[in-house]
Amino acid sequence: MQAFGPVLPEAGEPTFHAEWERRVFALAVAMGASGKWNIDTSRAARESMPPAQYLASSYYEIWFAGLTRLLLASGLVSAEELGSGRVMAPAVAGVNRLSADKVASALAGARGFTREIAVPARFKTGDAVTTLEMNPRGHTRLPRYCRGKTGVVVAWHGAHVFPDSNAAGRGESPCHLYGVRFEARELWGPDTTAASVSVDCWEPYLEPATVR
Amino acid sequence: MTHDHDHEHEHEHDHADAGGSELSPMDLRVRALESLLTEKGYVEPAALDALIETYETRVGPRNGARVVAKAWSDPEFKKWLLADATAAVASLGYSGRGGQHMVALENTPQVHHMVVCTLCSCYPWPVLGLPPVWYKSAPYRSRAVIDPRGVLRDFGFELPAATEIQVWDSTAELRYLVLPLQPAGTEGWDEERLAAIVTRDSMIGTGLVKSP
Repeated sequence: MQAFGPVLPEAGEPTFHAEWERRVFALAVAMGASGKWNIDTSRAARESMPPAQYLASSYYEIWFAGLTRLLLASGLVSAEELGSGRVMAPAVAGVNRLSADKVASALAGARGFTREIAVPARFKTGDAVTTLEMNPRGHTRLPRYCRGKTGVVVAWHGAHVFPDSNAAGRGESPCHLYGVRFEARELWGPDTTAASVSVDCWEPYLEPATVR
Repeated sequence: MTHDHDHEHEHEHDHADAGGSELSPMDLRVRALESLLTEKGYVEPAALDALIETYETRVGPRNGARVVAKAWSDPEFKKWLLADATAAVASLGYSGRGGQHMVALENTPQVHHMVVCTLCSCYPWPVLGLPPVWYKSAPYRSRAVIDPRGVLRDFGFELPAATEIQVWDSTAELRYLVLPLQPAGTEGWDEERLAAIVTRDSMIGTGLVKSP
């Protein structure tokens, strides 16, 4: 998508622009520790807003909408409770509540996303690869500008949790992850002012470069 | 308080609450959600306060500036940072959520790195804190990968034509930290003095360090 206008940095901008933004941030992070959803599911929830609403929303409005969507989808709250602000049913069991004394260690010790898998990496640094022409209905981390494009593997990062699977509740399904560098002209034609764009791609997004 | 406007369509405006202060619709909705989740036993308000305090006061770009200053001063640390940024950054006490898999990108006179998350807002939290609004907005997310020179003009500077711009789209959980060029005239400065000239935007690729 293009033509959204100039980037407008705000000099000396505060971390949060309103008290409610602080609380939304904290609620989303704390509920993220609940064990009832994962980070990929939470990204998918935020992306699920109707596009016109998404583009018209501020960042933390998007977080708020994503959080309420997750709370409803997981059954932690009902629509009636959200509408009234009143508890109408007992709490769901098995929700991990983050306590104040655990915040520092939860943040600093947050688990990484690498996993050991038995299957060896299909690609190595220097391999030419082409991204799949794909149009999945659910969450994916292969940007639209980067489908059916040929680049070079510049790094192998081991196996990582695979968002396309994890977001949909199909499990972590870790796959080998590669840094793939694309000539910017390959992506955008000659008008681009970038030299290259590097994108982290999981193995299911890639195939050996198609001969042209 | 009297209102003098038409009610032909839904619109939002501030209302006075019983105490006479203004609460916006988002304030009210977020307060209602927080009290619902607290009453359900899903969140602990003190944990929310701790999360806010962490990212408003303790985790921010001063962390990344220390990393850069050390890399400029200590060639062994710089080698380590470029080979294993996660470990090198963690050795200074910065780790965890939003930075479990760090990669450092070294600027040179020939290559300038710029980092974006076109899909959402992924940003290296432990070293830079929470991202600014512009980073999370449609103009930057869409344009950084196509016209980084135009983006840098929005930030008020230009790079020489001979410097190529490599853009990094943070599609996975790898988080990128730009190691800016050390300016001439700062040789022999101690780390504290060096850290003071490293700006947040220079560490994501949309700014330059301050001139000495």
